[in-house]
Amino acid sequence: MSTILVTHRDDLASKTGMWLFLFTEMLLFGGLFIVYSVYRYRNPVAFHLAARELSVFIGTINTIILLISSTTIAMSITAIQKNNKKLALLLLGITVILGLAFLVNKYFEWGEHIKEHIYPGSSILALRGHGDVLFYGLYFFMTGLHALHIIIGLVFILVIATSILRDKINSENYVLLENSGLYWHLVDLIWIFLFPLFYLIT
Amino acid sequence: MKSIENEKNHIIPYKTFLYVLAVLIALTLTSVTLTQISLGALTVTIALIIAAIKSSFVLRIFMHLKFENKMFSRAVIGVIMLLCAVITVTLLDYLNR
Repeated sequence: MSTILVTHRDDLASKTGMWLFLFTEMLLFGGLFIVYSVYRYRNPVAFHLAARELSVFIGTINTIILLISSTTIAMSITAIQKNNKKLALLLLGITVILGLAFLVNKYFEWGEHIKEHIYPGSSILALRGHGDVLFYGLYFFMTGLHALHIIIGLVFILVIATSILRDKINSENYVLLENSGLYWHLVDLIWIFLFPLFYLIT
Repeated sequence: MKSIENEKNHIIPYKTFLYVLAVLIALTLTSVTLTQISLGALTVTIALIIAAIKSSFVLRIFMHLKFENKMFSRAVIGVIMLLCAVITVTLLDYLNR
């Protein structure tokens, strides 16, 4: 008589938990978007002029970097489903490199502003008026919170990649990879709205 | 080892993701170009509509909502409606002060 080893696993529940967490993230950023809309409505001219100082070029490059990284992590799920471990790891590696590239761009972007004494709490920024302080306060807070999510997402993906290496995640059991993908896509989703609101609407 | 209750998931071909990526990049560039030309009040609307279209691609294809249990799509729509309701109520308040 042979015994069948049955693992107790519920992928649907696992994904449901991840989605519930993502909903709280959507509401967190949603709240910030409401703050942005109200302040923008009350300081239209200052927001208009301040937004012009952001580099549309770097913003566009960063948007494309995030879109490509979302594609590579989505493709890594297909790779693991087809039992192609090497390709899955390669695609996750590309995702991580693109995430890091995004952060490097953000570093230089923030650096430029800080060099010009534009940062929350700066007395030189305060001289430019209330609207500019609000715009840059929101800009630094929202892109900063977003960058923090990128860092968490990168750690998450690296943990998943080691699990694939150790065969804990495989073509039979890959819900964790799917969940890390969901998190990464949410980060992309938030950027899809941050980008036009801060860089494009001038 | 055998797992129970976890039916085989839908496998999305690599090509689909690349097509979606092409569409997303095209939409991004469209959005950048359109907002650079001054369209006045329309700019905000156009940028947000394009962002919404991009999001629906990310949600449906990248996040597998199109192929998942319908429960997930319904919940996402619910959260989006809740957000829209809160934004509408807040703006109604500010616009009518």
